Amino acid sequence: MTSRTASNRVVVTGMGWITPLGHDIDSTWQRLMRSESGMGPITRFDARTFPTTFAAEVKNYDVAKFVADVKVHATAGLNSQFALGAASQAWKQSGLDAFSALNRKRVGLYLGAGEGVLDFPQYAAANLAGWSDGATRLDAVRWAKTAHEVLTQMYEVEQEPNMPLAHLAREFGIRGPALNCLTACAASTQAIGEAYSLILRGDADVMVSGGTHTMIHVLGVTGFNRLTALSTSKGDPTKASRPFDATRDGFVMGEGSGMVVLERLEHALARGAKPLAELVGYGSSADAFRITDIQPEGRGGASSMHQALAQAGIDPLARRADGRAAIDYISAHGTGTKENDSIETRGVKRVFGEHAKDIPMSSIKGMMGHLIAAAGAVEFITCILAIRDGMLPPTINYNTPDPDLDLDYVPNVARKAKVDICLSNSFGFGGQNDTLAVKRFE
Amino acid sequence: MQRRRVVLTGLGPATAFGIGIDPLWQALVEGRSGLGLIRAFDASGFRAASGAQIPDSFDVKDFVLKSYRKGTKVMARDIEIAVAAAVTAVKDAGLTTRGTDAEAVATIAPSRFGCHIGAGLIAADLDELTAALWTAKNAANEFDAGNWGQQGMQELTPLWLLKYLPNMLACHVTIIHDCQGPSNTITCNEASSGLSLAESQRVIERGAADACLSGGADSKLNPMAYLRQELAHRLALCPPDADATTIIRPFDATSTGSLVGEGGGILVLEAFDTAKARGARMHAMLAGTGATQSYCEDTVGLVPGTNGESLADAIDAALRDASLSASDIDAAIPYGCGVPAIDAIEADALHRVFGARAATLPLVTLAPFIGATVAGFGAIAVSVAAKCITEQRLPARLNSTSTAGVAATAAPSCATALRHILVFTPSLGGQNSAAIVSKLD
Repeated sequence: MTSRTASNRVVVTGMGWITPLGHDIDSTWQRLMRSESGMGPITRFDARTFPTTFAAEVKNYDVAKFVADVKVHATAGLNSQFALGAASQAWKQSGLDAFSALNRKRVGLYLGAGEGVLDFPQYAAANLAGWSDGATRLDAVRWAKTAHEVLTQMYEVEQEPNMPLAHLAREFGIRGPALNCLTACAASTQAIGEAYSLILRGDADVMVSGGTHTMIHVLGVTGFNRLTALSTSKGDPTKASRPFDATRDGFVMGEGSGMVVLERLEHALARGAKPLAELVGYGSSADAFRITDIQPEGRGGASSMHQALAQAGIDPLARRADGRAAIDYISAHGTGTKENDSIETRGVKRVFGEHAKDIPMSSIKGMMGHLIAAAGAVEFITCILAIRDGMLPPTINYNTPDPDLDLDYVPNVARKAKVDICLSNSFGFGGQNDTLAVKRFE
Repeated sequence: MQRRRVVLTGLGPATAFGIGIDPLWQALVEGRSGLGLIRAFDASGFRAASGAQIPDSFDVKDFVLKSYRKGTKVMARDIEIAVAAAVTAVKDAGLTTRGTDAEAVATIAPSRFGCHIGAGLIAADLDELTAALWTAKNAANEFDAGNWGQQGMQELTPLWLLKYLPNMLACHVTIIHDCQGPSNTITCNEASSGLSLAESQRVIERGAADACLSGGADSKLNPMAYLRQELAHRLALCPPDADATTIIRPFDATSTGSLVGEGGGILVLEAFDTAKARGARMHAMLAGTGATQSYCEDTVGLVPGTNGESLADAIDAALRDASLSASDIDAAIPYGCGVPAIDAIEADALHRVFGARAATLPLVTLAPFIGATVAGFGAIAVSVAAKCITEQRLPARLNSTSTAGVAATAAPSCATALRHILVFTPSLGGQNSAAIVSKLD
């Protein structure tokens, strides 16, 4: 590993999020500290007869509060709206809004944004118009006639997954490298890792990075229900997501966005910005196993963790001078599915060996829901807040220990801890695994 | 520290001419267009009834081992194209993987094998989905969410969602070829596969992998995806009786729009040292890449920029990355789709980078042959650039007769000395991608 200098260190200088628990960093963080849940009945469409009727929705959100001129974002879909709110917070906190010497060609974007939401009632109407009793193929001519009448240009264009890039570029005047990746639930962790790599390579001085996603729509819930990935618990929705608990029965969908401003340290220091934390490692791997199942030994997750630790110069099996394990906290992918939580536990043990039991690992998905492509960015931010405040967010609804899952999951209540370095894990459907290592800035 | 060089050892384009570089190259040299009536669905109800479709003889099952045939049941068309392209590239590169021989030792260690595949917004198959929706309609023939939740959704196969997640192109490819290294899916419309190749380049450079399957694939030949192209003003007027082979006239003053082509390509990108150590044939080098974002007056970038400034910046970045200057470039492959506003941005970028030389720098215009290939473009174009370099020949150009300021008028294929070829594209959304393919010394 090469030694770190101000030109090859990357720090976080701004962060923001729009989540089911709030629209700003601190009030949302306080709610996480109080073990609150963002779950409730689905209101975006009539889901009353679906196997899953609840989700963690973003409530009372108004993008106009966050942008300079809402007219240039008038057609933005939900993903872009959430992204604008989160990125505006991050941009403002970084101080780049007031930095007149900013070279916008050296500012890039790397997002993990999901597909936009279908114009569902119109889409369904066109589809049904192209069908008839006993049909086996769509009548594309009849479909086209209705589709031309009911589907509109901007609603369709705004569904492209690169539209949040377009909106953020417009809002902040960004002219550097711009990419969107979509590796399902791993996307925004991977986006942050690749944004970090672009700065290290010298391709940009500043990267706005993170994710944005909602899948709380008819075919989103349908798709995950058919996969039996969602919790179908009856009763109180706030008890439905139970990561690492023996009775866990699936994840609960969330939605929203998390965004950070990453910056080359010397660029940040030269303009007097305050680093919030340092990004020190990134690892990425593929399971190359099955499209539906995770490699059972946790090989892929272990590989992304190992790579992130290696880049950070951390030996997972060594203890620090004061006796602490190699790291202080793991923000788990922790979806609350049977498979993920046990395999992630296995992967962590594979990496940290006997020290794994001494490293607290929690999942905020029990409170926040699973923000799919945006989940990793939101969880990365919670790691930075954990370092800032010396507090670990809890895994809520942890009541029945699973005999096979024997790590410290920070059950039910937030905990005070000395936190200097954390890992944040995200694993995507289909086998993409990404890990970030983030450290107190000193 | 010397940067790790990245070479192209395997080419796997998939186009209207079939799978592989040879049928594509033959058509490009002969000057034969692959455009014609769309066969995937009756497109006569749309602005354009024609496009470029992969031949009907294509069957993804021919491109996977018997043990993976079941897996082909959950593949959208885009995934099928990527899977076929990937194994084609693997074989072209002379690699053995789990996907070519399940028993043999892999040439590239799985943990050192990455995969980056650009994808489009994949539309659901409407036959399958609508058959299910039909069971949930109410008396007024409208979709009824209550019926759907209770019963209708059960008509969909449990794995339905996995056919349409954009990362499933890379997921299937990584599973088939046992690529356990870094893997990503870039979704930036026309820039997707160029940006994916660039990411593979960075991953290999930083030592996180020794080789990557890299590129992209996209099929807009689904009524919903196709309508989006029409709504985004990508399509020329082309009724069923029009001659589709003459519609796309890149950079021509009389051009009225484009036609869609399904396809894409996967390449094997490999560290020079790894390729050399195994005695691999190297087609060319990926010498440099660049990426930028344009300012878009309409925010979403239906017209991707107000001028070619940011696209020129991406090209300049690729030149810097390759330690080359504009005068080193011997030919360029633009997106060249024939949509006047997009062509104008590309022409402006060429003028900004090449000055007066833009009028004579030979352009390779692929769209009149294979249509506008959207997320698949960069991988096809880089494959063609590599072939141009190994053959020391430029393809024919079709259709255009008056292309003020750029060299894009119809011409037969010709032999010429080629060392460095530029590939670039803007995109819906404003992301720009550029790459330089160079002859190996």
